[in-house]
Amino acid sequence: MINEITLTDILFVSTALFFIGVYGFFTRRNMITMLMSIELILNSVNINFVAFNKYLFPQHLDGIFFTIFIITIAAAEAAVAIAIIINLYRSHRSIDVEDASELKY
Amino acid sequence: MIVNDFFMLMKQELMIFVIIFILLFIKIGKDRSAENLLYFINALLLINVISGFILPSEGMIFSDMFKTNSLIMLEKNILNIGTLIISMQSYSWLKNHKHMIEFYILLLSTLMGMFFMISSGNVLMFYLGLELSTIPLAAIANFDLDKRKSSEAAFKFIISSAFSSGLLLFGISLIYGTTGSLTFSEIGQHITSNPLQIFAFVLLLAGFSFKISVVPFHLWTADVYEGAPIAVTSYLSVISKGAVLFVFVSVLYTVFKPITEIWYNMLFLLSIVTILIGNLFAIRQENFKRFLAFSSIAQVGFILVGITGSSQMGSASVIYFVLIYIFSNLGAFGVVSIVSALTGKENISDYKAFYKTNPMLSWVLTIALFSLAGVPPTAGFFGKFFLLMAGAAKGNYILITIAALNMIISFYYYLRVVKAIFMDENNQPIEKLHVPILPKLALLICVIGIVCIGLMSGVYEYIYSLSTGF
Repeated sequence: MINEITLTDILFVSTALFFIGVYGFFTRRNMITMLMSIELILNSVNINFVAFNKYLFPQHLDGIFFTIFIITIAAAEAAVAIAIIINLYRSHRSIDVEDASELKY
Repeated sequence: MIVNDFFMLMKQELMIFVIIFILLFIKIGKDRSAENLLYFINALLLINVISGFILPSEGMIFSDMFKTNSLIMLEKNILNIGTLIISMQSYSWLKNHKHMIEFYILLLSTLMGMFFMISSGNVLMFYLGLELSTIPLAAIANFDLDKRKSSEAAFKFIISSAFSSGLLLFGISLIYGTTGSLTFSEIGQHITSNPLQIFAFVLLLAGFSFKISVVPFHLWTADVYEGAPIAVTSYLSVISKGAVLFVFVSVLYTVFKPITEIWYNMLFLLSIVTILIGNLFAIRQENFKRFLAFSSIAQVGFILVGITGSSQMGSASVIYFVLIYIFSNLGAFGVVSIVSALTGKENISDYKAFYKTNPMLSWVLTIALFSLAGVPPTAGFFGKFFLLMAGAAKGNYILITIAALNMIISFYYYLRVVKAIFMDENNQPIEKLHVPILPKLALLICVIGIVCIGLMSGVYEYIYSLSTGF
């Protein structure tokens, strides 16, 4: 089954995921959704690494190790970001980025 | 033998590790007075700086993941000195802060991340170091928990740095796909001007540009600088930017050496836009921290001019300029942080007639601003001179002319502050401030650095002899 799927197909999915993430990051105004968009970007990178490792360089496991580290760090990043968002919610009573507008120009 | 290597090569990282552990034990121990603790922590950081200079060693460990040599050790020493100065300057602010130890733990964690990033011989190590240096930094940007501006700044910082590391990672994944390796030395052998690799390079460049706030990606800079506590702002503007610049230069000069003419043109455009936008926005700022933020964007533009030189001189001039920039920017930030901690005033208009009440602080601020602008006897002049010389080596005189003209624009806004300090009238000037001994010492170090480093030619020659180019 996996042999019928080529590397190009997988790269197509991961690139689409990357740009969906970028689009979401720039259009969404909810802080949590922006964070989710970033997770989409990181997951597209994970797919890339695993696919490259499996199809092109199966003799080493560099790409898969990198993926494990990315997942870990994404979790750490999300933890800090959500802590900051909670703190921001306490003072602003909102998690809409348009309301966090004290610093401009 | 191997254990010995490990301890010698990772000396500076282990030193910071030990300091973090000492601080953790102090935290769980009994309460001590904040002032004694601050003196103790600064003494530890001083030991850290001194220990960096003894027993230099060279080599690679962890299957080439971690490398070090005298140049990398020098870069780490520069960052250590900067951290010590910032820690001394933030004495007045930290003295009354109940989470002071956490501040130092987070700060030193980011410093350790930067050290690993500078020492990395592998993309994975580089990425881990980069994240270790940005995530705790976002946490300390939000250190004044009850201030609205602080949490807003921290949110902007974490979200833009996460996005930029996403871009960087996508670039890295494409480079892995086209070269099949994650070590810098092997990637460098497989880079050709294949379109996918150029796309990957553009993504990497975007990621780096976010971290050093080059213009199309500079929007977070001013907001974060204004909202974060001043100690964090000065740390962001010199230490974290300096560390990323060191890595940027070495990555461009070693890994992306085969596509030099491609990145040369990109950096050419980016540096012009960065200098121009940084300067033009700095003119209209009223808040001192925002003003220094845009001035730091313009300074990064000048550094990019030096990087385009892609010679031994290019690399040496960047490191030399970062060293000078640490002293001059921290001189300016030091005065601003003292004034802000003691009076709460942060606007440039508050500094009118500052000279009448605080002559010494005014002189420090003036010397620092002159050095940032590049007035000859100060070190800033020599730093900019070497950067432009390195850029001119390629024979692109359009770039040098634009950069030199922009130095004149920058004179306008730096001298506007100096004029406010010395010449303007003010009915309610900032009262006479009593500066504690540690910040005073830090400002003294900054002034000595600004005055002496430019005049001592040995410093530049030493850096030049260590750095490499092609």
